[in-house]
Amino acid sequence: MIHRLFARSWTRTLVAAFVALVFSIAITSIVLSISGFNPPSTFQAMFEFGKEPDSIVNTLNKAAGYYLSALAVAVGFRMNLFNIGVDGQYRLAAMLAAAAGGAWSLPPVLHQLVIIIVAVLVGGLWAAVPALLKVTRGVSEVISTIMLNFIATGIIAYLLNPGRLAVQLGPNNIGTKTISRSGRVPGTPFPGTDLKLYSLLVIAILAGIGFWFMINRTRFGFDLRATGLSQSAAVASGVDARRMVVMAMVISGAIAGLIGMPQLLGESYTYSLNFPTGIGLTGIGIALLGRNGPVGIAFASLLWAFLDVSSQILDFNDIPKEIVAITQAAVLLSVVVVYEVVSRVGQRIDQRHVAAQLGEVAA
Amino acid sequence: MSTTEPAVELHGITKRFPGVVANHDIDIEVAAGTVHAIVGENGAGKSTLMKILYGMQRPDEGTIKVDGVEVALHSPSDAIARGIGMVHQHFMLADNLSVLENVVLGAERLHGIGGKARRRIEEISHQYGLGVEPDRLVEQLGVGARQRVEILKVLYRGAKILILDEPTAVLVPQEVEELFGNLRDLKREGLTVIFISHKLDEVLSVADTITVIRRGTTVDTVRPGDVTARQLAELMVGSELPVPELRESTVTDVPVLTMDGVTVRDATGRAVVDDVSLTIHEGEILGIAGVEGNGQAELVEAIMGMLPLAAGVVRLGDTDLTGMATRRRREAGIGFIPEDRHRHGLLLESPLWENRILGHQTRPPNVKGGLIDRQGARNDTERIVRDYDVRTPNIDVTAASLSGGNQQKLIVGREMSGDPKLLIAAHPTRGVDVGAQSAIWDHLRHARAEGLAVLLISADLDELIGMSDTLRVILRGRLVGEADPATITPDQLGSLMTGAGEESAA
Ligand SMILES: Nc1ncnc2c1ncn2[C@@H]1O[C@H](COP(=O)(O)OP(=O)(O)OP(=O)(O)O)[C@@H](O)[C@H]1O
Ligand SMILES: [Mg+2]
Repeated sequence: MIHRLFARSWTRTLVAAFVALVFSIAITSIVLSISGFNPPSTFQAMFEFGKEPDSIVNTLNKAAGYYLSALAVAVGFRMNLFNIGVDGQYRLAAMLAAAAGGAWSLPPVLHQLVIIIVAVLVGGLWAAVPALLKVTRGVSEVISTIMLNFIATGIIAYLLNPGRLAVQLGPNNIGTKTISRSGRVPGTPFPGTDLKLYSLLVIAILAGIGFWFMINRTRFGFDLRATGLSQSAAVASGVDARRMVVMAMVISGAIAGLIGMPQLLGESYTYSLNFPTGIGLTGIGIALLGRNGPVGIAFASLLWAFLDVSSQILDFNDIPKEIVAITQAAVLLSVVVVYEVVSRVGQRIDQRHVAAQLGEVAA
Repeated sequence: MSTTEPAVELHGITKRFPGVVANHDIDIEVAAGTVHAIVGENGAGKSTLMKILYGMQRPDEGTIKVDGVEVALHSPSDAIARGIGMVHQHFMLADNLSVLENVVLGAERLHGIGGKARRRIEEISHQYGLGVEPDRLVEQLGVGARQRVEILKVLYRGAKILILDEPTAVLVPQEVEELFGNLRDLKREGLTVIFISHKLDEVLSVADTITVIRRGTTVDTVRPGDVTARQLAELMVGSELPVPELRESTVTDVPVLTMDGVTVRDATGRAVVDDVSLTIHEGEILGIAGVEGNGQAELVEAIMGMLPLAAGVVRLGDTDLTGMATRRRREAGIGFIPEDRHRHGLLLESPLWENRILGHQTRPPNVKGGLIDRQGARNDTERIVRDYDVRTPNIDVTAASLSGGNQQKLIVGREMSGDPKLLIAAHPTRGVDVGAQSAIWDHLRHARAEGLAVLLISADLDELIGMSDTLRVILRGRLVGEADPATITPDQLGSLMTGAGEESAA
């Protein structure tokens, strides 16, 4: 029975993630105690706050961005390609898509579609730059994508100026011209709160399904995984390694382009100085935690978003909410170790099972 | 009874993997200063046993004694500390590092990483005639040279007990002789060698003692003087030694592969394949004889489209392959059994049925449209496992968990699927036991009778002579001679390969 359960790789993943979580809670408790706070009551406060309807909506909305970001990273990871540039890709995509959406007025549906398509194109094209640098010049994508993040930041700062793509939104804020009603996606009500769920959460879900399908069921996905597992064997099997690099990177960038969409079309309607940043970097950790699989990543991004949201309460109790960053870091560090241990234990159980079976036969 | 303790004593060793018992109640005693051979069919558990002795795997039961002292080996470094070194069946060198770096990696304490280390390497290389160049990139070395680097690496660490897992599979006879000379030297200096091989003649010529393993357990220990190769084979599998031979000729005059003036240059501009022209016809097996590293690997990669041509034309039937991508060439009907199955033939961490798809990603039964046809691939994997006698609990285990010879059978089965017109077979029976060897030869003969053209590369000269319709000799990238497989002997062929008459380059 235990053997059956343990034979499944996803059970192992789940067990590992759970152990890592317990471990990181322990670490956080120690830090809290040392700083003179009471861990159980702190966690309880977080949990109580986290399960308020308001917090649930915020958690889900936040998780959507994290999820898409981690998927984008995972596409690259699956073939040992490190797209550290998701951050720049999604911000540039969101900014240009917001500008386009604000500038053009189109009938509903078409309007939203155009905005999303612009975002996907910009994300994909921006990611194509490091891909082309890699296949033509041999530049490591790790370095080029990091640099392109800075360049994206520069471009955004340059374009986000009154007279270029920005307008004054308030005394202290500028942003792209607000997208008109025809281009917005109204939120979905949630019982017990006035806050609305982003309806574009559905994009994240679809992207997750699409990712799973692409990786596991398509020829392209097979080539991608083969390249990640053994580049030399993939090449001998007829995979065109350069083409794969470009394709994977562009797909990764296109998914990255979607990251800002739920927020842009569901809440802010403009790319302003307040638009969330850093989601692309968080996505790297979440992809790691979720083992580059669509289901694992879903759990990981929910956990991350939950920690982010529920930590807001800590300020009210005079506990620095940065404590949650320690929890998050501890999860990441421990999960790598725990996966290894769990898979060894799993193997041990397998073997004992074999032994038992053989014993039965012999007896 | 001698007064010295046995170098190694394994007692009651049992090791289980999911779905299989790899070793079961194994007892072996290896006397110090001897060459001890271990033989057994594919999947019998030889490599597993050696990995246990080398601390890479923990036995579930049993004890290990080294020089009479019971030891617990938790890792290879424990084993190395006891003077045990191992050269694996599949190489474990870092491709993108130089020979020097590979050798000193992890042993920096011994002689540092600079001039002293280099001198020591050159010293060992000279002492045992290994011909290792410290500054070459491992990536650029052929299998034979890699092998010698592995041996040097072990000696560098001061091993007194050497484990060699199928060291001769990649070597041509002269090299085997040299290696055996080295082994005798090692023995004279008091070192102990444990070695695994499927080539029973070699085992009989070099070993002092032979232990036979069948289905994971020791069935007998014999002295080479007391048995013949045939008896040994019978002990292993209960079948006779197979003979590679072609019955009647099936060669037609329809050309399948035509190469014309093919030249391939390496990064430095040297021609590693030099103006090669040849034609293989339907129903013909063309064997290429040559010492490892004379351009065979590059020739194969050029045909497969993995290396660009500097000059020349490659045609399959009427189709010009020059400039065509590897995938298109495979689709055009080329099967490919690579010389290094781990680097070019398998996804080790993937299940067998996914490995069935590798190299055939665009063809039925593996795909429908752009989608993977899981059921089709699985069914066909079952077929290969059945027809090629791949010993495995099921098709969901990873390729890494198959024994070396069973991995090879899977690859051969896969590459013979889908009725290829041309088969590039580099060492098709490397590492497979005598029973499986004859089965693979049968498959080749059968496909040849149906019109398959085969480019055969092999270090096993009996196989090469017995299976080829036509023989060509390759030396330093050039085809330097032709031989008639009906009349030539392995010795004659061997001297052609080293360029008899000419000065052979070191
Ligand atoms: N890591 C592993 N996981 C699961 N099964 C394994 C593993 N390693 C080996 N086995 C199984 O153990 C058995 C013995 O394998 P082993 O590699 O020792 O055979 P071998 O005698 O070296 O064969 P060959 O001559 O083909 O190299 C095989 O059935 C193999 O499938
Ligand atoms: Mg083996």
